[in-house]
Amino acid sequence: MARFEDWSEQRAGELIARHAQQEGAALPILHALQETFGYIHRDAVRMLASALNLSRAELHGLVTFYHDFRSAPPGGHVLKLCRAEACQSMGADALAAQAREKLRVDWRGTTVDKRVTLEPVFCLGLCACAPAAMLDGQVFGRLNPKRLDALIERTNRT
Amino acid sequence: MSRPRIFVPRDAGALAAGSDEVERVLVATLRRRGIDAEIIRTGSRGLYWLEPMIEIAVGGERIAYGPVGIGDVEALFDADFLDGKPHPLRLGAPDEISFLKRQTRLTFARCGIVDRLSLADYRTHGGYRGLERALGLDPAEIVEEVVRSGLRGRGGAGFPTGIKWRTTAQTDAPQKYIVCNADEGDSGTFADRMIMEGDPFVLIEGMTIAGIAVGATKGYVYIRSEYPHAIETFGRALEIARAERTLGPRVAGSSHAFDIEVCAGAGAYVCGEETALLESLEGKRGMVRSKPPLPAHRGLFGRPTVVNNVISLASVPIVLAEGAASYGALGMGRSRGTMPIQLAGNIRHGGLFEAGFGVMLGELVDDIGGGAASGRPVRAVQVGGPLGAYFPRALFDTPFDYEAFAARDGLIGHGGIVVFDDTVDMARQARFAMEFCAIESCGKCTPCRIGSTRGVEIIDRITRGENVTDNIALIEDLCATMKFGSLCALGGFTPYPVMSALRHFPEDFGAKSGLAAAE
Ligand SMILES: Cc1cc2nc3c(=O)[nH]c(=O)nc-3n(C[C@H](O)[C@H](O)[C@H](O)COP(=O)(O)O)c2cc1C
Ligand code: SF4
Ligand code: FES
Repeated sequence: MARFEDWSEQRAGELIARHAQQEGAALPILHALQETFGYIHRDAVRMLASALNLSRAELHGLVTFYHDFRSAPPGGHVLKLCRAEACQSMGADALAAQAREKLRVDWRGTTVDKRVTLEPVFCLGLCACAPAAMLDGQVFGRLNPKRLDALIERTNRT
Repeated sequence: MSRPRIFVPRDAGALAAGSDEVERVLVATLRRRGIDAEIIRTGSRGLYWLEPMIEIAVGGERIAYGPVGIGDVEALFDADFLDGKPHPLRLGAPDEISFLKRQTRLTFARCGIVDRLSLADYRTHGGYRGLERALGLDPAEIVEEVVRSGLRGRGGAGFPTGIKWRTTAQTDAPQKYIVCNADEGDSGTFADRMIMEGDPFVLIEGMTIAGIAVGATKGYVYIRSEYPHAIETFGRALEIARAERTLGPRVAGSSHAFDIEVCAGAGAYVCGEETALLESLEGKRGMVRSKPPLPAHRGLFGRPTVVNNVISLASVPIVLAEGAASYGALGMGRSRGTMPIQLAGNIRHGGLFEAGFGVMLGELVDDIGGGAASGRPVRAVQVGGPLGAYFPRALFDTPFDYEAFAARDGLIGHGGIVVFDDTVDMARQARFAMEFCAIESCGKCTPCRIGSTRGVEIIDRITRGENVTDNIALIEDLCATMKFGSLCALGGFTPYPVMSALRHFPEDFGAKSGLAAAE
């Protein structure tokens, strides 16, 4: 289940060093950090600020501007449900309510057993197969209440 | 007998419908039955209601079957589908399927047909003819050819692509850039994604031609992070192009250098706005810049930059290969060439429909799209993404054309049409438009940053039935302020969905509780 590594300052340092020299390095580094640890650790903000010669406030502003970056570790699985118009037209609002109820979380929340984090997404480009979702990077379309339940069940198995 | 070839799409839309699972079962079944066949992974033809749609090559002809579920595979083999034999899922020759037959596929000529990662396949199907012709022209002649074609930016604003290139070409600088906008944030759109996943080399070719035309040696493609499959496929295509030297210090053996880098976005809609995108590429927050300076004068890292949408750039090879006159002969009015229209949401035949400009909205929705997937009456369509207007059936006689939509207070944007049936609550859609603006605002202008949140509150009051007349006047006022007091189209165009919902569907904003009680 552990898709992410535990936070390690040394490992973070390596990731930062790998990209720090390129122009516009901030986003690639933040993506690398989040892919590795699942979120942007407080200390990573400090380390990246000094590597890029920015203040911590500036870097904090940068990280929080982008919806992708998490400030806390996610659950073992990340379920993104599309909330945009094409999916709305096919019942996404009801599916969202169902997911929140079933998982007992609100948007961006993680279940108490740390198994699933539920995130909103505004369009996955699957609008002709709506409603759509992404579970740990894998895409699913034509969801209905039953298929959504099955999707949530998957997170219990692995 | 030659080895059978099975084409299985690997486009994210097909994956979402289960094409990878089908491929796994195909592989296992072939092995079990001792059949030696080749499986080729393609993009999607864009007939999403038929995905996973797999194709067989029989004597040079393609035969399609779909939608294929994993439970259908055994029966397909029993029916000898490898020889194109009958089966309930047999669709016949794909080009004869009415949805495809009615299209004019230029930009999407190869998408769903070729092995998406084979340069040889790309060449066999007409790829690199555009670049070949461009290499025989002066850079200025390439620019003028694009100007003459009438090609306008497909990202939303519809600015003439050739004119943008001319400005960049005429700006002297030691370094210039081609930036491809692959942020495709509009709900209801997926054309950029389909190209990057189904025919990535056409985008590479288009960007290369742009680079040669304006004197840029470096390109960036900013792909939204919601598209991991596009990022992967396009990245692999770049490696292949470099290995085969169609990218690099001497493009296709010429004296021109050009290379491309991929950057992933991070979930901010506003980064699709070209100057916010440049800020983001530079590693900053995606704050919109005020213009001037134009990106063509001072863009990425302060250098002259062409920013174009994926489809604009991917249409350039065909313009060069076939000539400006041939491309520009299609379309209507000042909208020249073809537009990949995306039919989405509650629609029976959802998918990609490329055609010359001018097709009627009603024809697209009712006839080509087959009406609502739910089988209920279509009540509203939103054209052009979250900043586009909602049109009622009464406006279905609007031709798909930049000016015709503008004349009716709408826009075609990136070409997405999202269909809603009669269960839609238009006050809720108007509220969502404001909410989306509040979530995605870059924060630079007050009407957009604060106004959108006020907008949500006012609509809530209206739907609760509080001082409806006053609050409707208030929302109209707020929309006018946002329209004229915003720096970019996020704040400036959010009034389109809000005001169109209000104007065309006033009954949804009226004495709502009364209506609900009457039902
Ligand atoms: C809020 C906002 C979002 C936008 N999103 C996109 C987008 O996702 N893709 C795109 O190509 N253009 C988008 N645009 C339009 C770009 O600013 C710009 O016009 C376009 O990239 C120019 O390329 P083109 O001339 O080839 O269309 C957006 C504009 C705004 C205001
Ligand atoms: S309108 Fe909104 S998104 Fe656009 S620049 Fe102003 S605050 Fe930013
Ligand atoms: S709106 Fe949900 S995938 Fe596009």
